Amino acid sequence: MATTSTRKGGKKRTDGTGGPAAGDGADAAGGAGAPGGLSPLGWARWAWRILTSMRTALILLFLLALGAIPGSMLPQRVVSPDQVAQYYTDNPSLAPWLERFYLFDVYSSPWYAAIYLLLFVSLTGCVIPRALAHLRLVRARPPKTPRNLGRMPYSARFTTGAEPERVLEQGRSVFKRYRLERYGDSLSGEAGYLREAGNVIFHIALLGLLVSLAAGYAFGYRGNMLVVEGDGFANTLTSYDSFYPGVAADQDDLAPFSFTLDSFDAKFVEDGGFSGQAESFAGEMTYKDHPGGPERHHTLEVNKPLSVGGVQVYLLGHAYAPEFEVRDGEGEVVFDQPVPFLPRSEDPGKTADGVVKVPDALPEGLGFEGVFLPTAQERTGEDGEPELASVFPGAEDPAVTLTAYSGDLGMRQAQSVYQLDTSRMEELGESGTLRPGDTWELPDGAGEVTFTGYKDFATLQMTHNPGRLPALLSASLAVLGLLGTLFVRPRRAWVRASAGPDGRTVVEVAGLGKTESTANGQEFHRLATELRDRLREDPAADGPASSKE
Amino acid sequence: MVYQLAAETAADQGLASYSDHLIIAMIVAYAVALFLFALEAAYGRRTALKGDRLVPVGAAAPAAAAPGAGGSSTVDLDAVPEPGGGTGGDGGTGGDRDGDDLSVSVRGSEPQASASRNVLGAIAVAVTGVGFLLNLAQIVTRGLAADRWPWGNMFEFVVAISLCSVAAFLYAALRYQARYLGTFVLLPVVLLLGIAARWLYTETGPLVPALHSYWIAIHVSAAIVATGAFMVSGAAAITYLLSHRTEAKRAMGERVAGIAAKLPSPELLDRVSHRFVVIAFPLWTFAIIAGAIWADEAWGRFWGWDPKEVWSFITWVIYAAYLHARATAGWKGTRSAWIGVLGFAALMFNFFGVNYMFSGLHSYA
Repeated sequence: MATTSTRKGGKKRTDGTGGPAAGDGADAAGGAGAPGGLSPLGWARWAWRILTSMRTALILLFLLALGAIPGSMLPQRVVSPDQVAQYYTDNPSLAPWLERFYLFDVYSSPWYAAIYLLLFVSLTGCVIPRALAHLRLVRARPPKTPRNLGRMPYSARFTTGAEPERVLEQGRSVFKRYRLERYGDSLSGEAGYLREAGNVIFHIALLGLLVSLAAGYAFGYRGNMLVVEGDGFANTLTSYDSFYPGVAADQDDLAPFSFTLDSFDAKFVEDGGFSGQAESFAGEMTYKDHPGGPERHHTLEVNKPLSVGGVQVYLLGHAYAPEFEVRDGEGEVVFDQPVPFLPRSEDPGKTADGVVKVPDALPEGLGFEGVFLPTAQERTGEDGEPELASVFPGAEDPAVTLTAYSGDLGMRQAQSVYQLDTSRMEELGESGTLRPGDTWELPDGAGEVTFTGYKDFATLQMTHNPGRLPALLSASLAVLGLLGTLFVRPRRAWVRASAGPDGRTVVEVAGLGKTESTANGQEFHRLATELRDRLREDPAADGPASSKE
Repeated sequence: MVYQLAAETAADQGLASYSDHLIIAMIVAYAVALFLFALEAAYGRRTALKGDRLVPVGAAAPAAAAPGAGGSSTVDLDAVPEPGGGTGGDGGTGGDRDGDDLSVSVRGSEPQASASRNVLGAIAVAVTGVGFLLNLAQIVTRGLAADRWPWGNMFEFVVAISLCSVAAFLYAALRYQARYLGTFVLLPVVLLLGIAARWLYTETGPLVPALHSYWIAIHVSAAIVATGAFMVSGAAAITYLLSHRTEAKRAMGERVAGIAAKLPSPELLDRVSHRFVVIAFPLWTFAIIAGAIWADEAWGRFWGWDPKEVWSFITWVIYAAYLHARATAGWKGTRSAWIGVLGFAALMFNFFGVNYMFSGLHSYA
């Protein structure tokens, strides 16, 4: 049946995995071609039939795959907004054109949405009629026994001394895995309903997955945060460094949890060829579900997020925050705290950059640009001059170098905490290499700065995604459905017992697999043989003369 | 902040070097087997295969003793021998019992299948078996040496995928007489292993923290096993396309000579190819889902359009299209075989291209 669709129409949707479709009857489509001079309704029906045809579904599947490709080749905002910005800098004339086609947001672009929405409409249009047809089939009795069982793909015949009634009785127990119905002198059985059920479940589960994803995007939120060892965090909008709410997320009602990062421990491989590779990160945290709630502990690791109040807290990265104490020109301590320095992405030694802003220093504001080296070592640079470099990402022998500025830091304007606006400042000079405890006296009596030590910091991500569990459930259902539709064999079998001319009972067994499978023939043969053997051993079937009870 | 030495994780050097020797040994074994299979394909005699042991279509494997619907028309399904005297013990009515012999008729649509065969092929299967054991030993010793699951980088993936492809092939060879696939499965295996040993080789060592999870055993194993099965399917699909062309030429009345003339029957290859997609597709689906669960744990989202995720999705979609195409008029045969080849290309691109061309979260190589 799968091959029966005509060339001009070709729109008959058939079973997804081979064999005749059980839901064939539900196919509204005949083999009709394009409608000539039809009413709007006719056109609509024609379009619907095209959309729900298997060929359209196949083409949409290919478009779905094809459309995903540019998203893997061009930087995507959802993955790495920085790389998109970089792309704009590198290709200033091409980037706006790509933007017009949403190529930096492929997976949320209207054209990609059009593909998958069409695909899901097509899928719905196919699956719902099939689901209904299957429901009818499940509720209906197995079909009537055909007159000529000898024409079935498998048929067997033998005679027995047992009464026809006795044969059918034994037939019921031999074909116990079939749903059986008695028609006159025969039994009609059907098995393997789960294949079509699996097919329907699989496709419905995919719809469920799409809805879960959409719900996650709409109602979820994601935020990033940098937390220094010893510091705390409370889940409010203002605590985040960056926050990405879903379109329908309720930003005023975030889960009221809080936590403190008590300590952080980073290990790196010390020796051998893998020296410097990260080995493990672990942060000890104390957290509360809500203010006043009981304190709990969690060890945050890369694969062990903290789950609190419907929010997952993940460890994204780790680096160091050197601590500085700054005295201004009047000898007052105007700054004393750790400052997170961001590691350079390509540097295996995790050399990190950061700035220290001391706008309250007197007589003039102070600012520092610094470099932090976790394990500093002198080496000869490419130009032959000695230079300082970090040779290991762990803080074994940390050092900082600073460049000091004085003047107006421009704090009245919003600015990044990682950048110093030196346009209205004057450079004071560069420090030498500072080790923990070292103090650098600034020129011109502007003050002094002490590198007092360092702390670890962790970059964290918090996500709330209400679509998580429904998505997992849908995906699991999809796998179950898939297994059913790929491995269950729908099949029919019949047993007929009729009195022969010699007084013995003629037994006919026949089987029809709805999918091509040699396993069907083998099963029918095994069952036929079993029925024959049972009747042979059956005392009640001991010849035509034996009594019924 | 505590800084700890990591000396205790250093790999066991003795085991590691033992494992390195095994790589060479297994490549040699596979190469020898490949050579023998090629000889069989070229110089064997085209022989009809036994109908009862061919690939079942689309459903569970048949019971070993039972006969299949193998022949072209009516087949003697009573291969389970009818106990001729078995009725004798029943006593007096025994004479009547002759009538309860089964007379069976089967209408099968399975055409005659044939492939080039030679004794060298049997030797090649044995050599492949040796290679398989060496492969297994290599993986085990490497895992023991590093004290972790032995799939944490590209080199280890290739070795594990080879193991699964060869296992799938050996199963097909022993169960379905499909050793005619030997050349087509071992060729990519030997190539991949060569690439792995020459360019991808990595010292035995510890994993980065992101891979410290039991999900590596689940997600990566499923992906590796699925890839192995897809590889056999891809090999069969390519052979199918070649064999189909040969068949078409024959139908046109052209004479076909050389190795092409000895290719196995296209229907058979088509079914082998489909069979392994049927096995691999749910596994691949599961691998993606397991990966999503792990991603949810490790990266804070279960799906984030990372290049690796995108390409495994593309691969999934293409194989889904393959399964649908096989049931659609006008897409059967060569068209669906091309889709299968396309799926395999996407799979390989996901493995090599994505790791080396794009930077993403899966870049552990």
